[in-house]
Amino acid sequence: MSMIFHRFANPTRFLRLAAVVQPWMAGLTIVLGGVGLYLGLLGSPADYQQGESVRIMYVHVPAAWMAMFVYTGMAVSAAVGLIWKHPLADLIAKSSAPIGACFTFLALFTGALWGKPMWGAWWVWDARLTSMLVLFFLYLGYMALIEAFDDPSRGIKASSILVLVGVVNIPIIKFSVDWWNTLHQPASVLKMGGPSIDPSMLWPLLLMAVAFTTYYFWVLLVRVRAEIIANRVRVLRLKQVHG
Amino acid sequence: MAALTEYFTMGGYAGYVWASYGVTAILLLGMLIASQRLLRRNQAVHELLAPADLDKNKDGTVEEKT
Amino acid sequence: MNGFLLILRRDLRLAQRQGMDSIMAVMFFVIAVVLFPFGVGPEPNILARIAAGVIWVSALMSSMLSLERLFQTDFEDGSLELLTLSPITLEIAVLAKIVGHWLTTGLPLIIAAPLLGVLLNMPLDGFPMLIAALALGTPSLSLIGAVGAALILGSRRGGVLLSLLILPLYIPVLIFGVSAVDAVIGGFDAKPQLLIMGGFLLAALPLCPWAASAAVRQAVE
Repeated sequence: MSMIFHRFANPTRFLRLAAVVQPWMAGLTIVLGGVGLYLGLLGSPADYQQGESVRIMYVHVPAAWMAMFVYTGMAVSAAVGLIWKHPLADLIAKSSAPIGACFTFLALFTGALWGKPMWGAWWVWDARLTSMLVLFFLYLGYMALIEAFDDPSRGIKASSILVLVGVVNIPIIKFSVDWWNTLHQPASVLKMGGPSIDPSMLWPLLLMAVAFTTYYFWVLLVRVRAEIIANRVRVLRLKQVHG
Repeated sequence: MAALTEYFTMGGYAGYVWASYGVTAILLLGMLIASQRLLRRNQAVHELLAPADLDKNKDGTVEEKT
Repeated sequence: MNGFLLILRRDLRLAQRQGMDSIMAVMFFVIAVVLFPFGVGPEPNILARIAAGVIWVSALMSSMLSLERLFQTDFEDGSLELLTLSPITLEIAVLAKIVGHWLTTGLPLIIAAPLLGVLLNMPLDGFPMLIAALALGTPSLSLIGAVGAALILGSRRGGVLLSLLILPLYIPVLIFGVSAVDAVIGGFDAKPQLLIMGGFLLAALPLCPWAASAAVRQAVE
């Protein structure tokens, strides 16, 4: 395992690997996403209570899962970068952030669009939405911090600490918001999709979730490649200036 | 035809459902395109500075094909 | 222990010479709270309902404004770098600076809070708990804030960036701090909230100086 780890610490090798893996990620995303969309929009039934609006679940829930998955990935990468100084770890974290922020925004936005027909309100301060909103701020803070330094490596290192502080905070925030929400919760109990989810609904949900994951890896590979090359450019430019 | 129109109305939830899928598609597609443009731009700049150099390591040694 | 007291005394002396920092933190605290009646109207019932929340949020903001300077001046004149090289453990030195920050910012806020409670028509039952909750919560704010202050050293847009980084992390303290006061006002026991805030503080005491030190080391590298 550590062999593979160290093997791909070399950015050049990673570039070549990335170029090979990327089309597969693209292909999987398109195929699985296509089937998922078909099942979600056409091949699955409307919900007993929510009607057709339940179809929003097939983009909302995967987006929310990805929002959390990507942040966890960033935290792991940041830890690897800080502890073992693996050169690609920081780049993976940096490249993941915009994608994760995008998923978080989508979770919030589609959540609002789902909430309006379901609960009658665009926004409710329920525990899940509120926690997701805070997560969105954590993403934005990370991206702002990285760009706030003239020296890009300083920005990346500082952000690595920030993301680890954030990841420690996420369960605390979740717990606090849950508490706060039960104190203030209105009479109705909010349920998503019923007590247990029917297989006809489970399949599109899972397919979309996997498709979103392969999409993430697809875009991640593109962005990490771009970062590696940007680093090269920076080095080359410095060489030009200093001879 | 009536069935198709009825499908698109999504039982009255058309606005919500299609807006959700639409914005998702736009943002995810946009992120993909923006990222690829970033990559292509960096590759172009790199080409200008040091053509066909991406197979070389920083110290000049050439990476073996794996 | 010696090093801790050394740094603490130094920071307190510097703050004393500066003088304005504590006063300005309190002034901002008061002004921020005073804005709310202008915003939501002077009706006593509404003010009483939001009093605990308004005071806590304003305390958060005030605490945060003075954080930027926790490490900044030392960073600029090089004494922070000397601190990392000194025989005093950096984590202890950072903790000393955090205690200094709390003494010069958190403590004055706690003292000013009852006055603001009166302005907002907060029920009398809530006053003791407000002070207790702030006493338990503001140290955590200083601790968490210090991590943010260390992270932004050398960055281009320090102050506003600091707010964006830290405010989400302040939310748990805010939630339980306000809940404690509101619970007592409502006639309930606030022990769970206080225990949880105590837990936050105990966890933050070792972790935040550690994280802040790591960030300081990165900054002076």
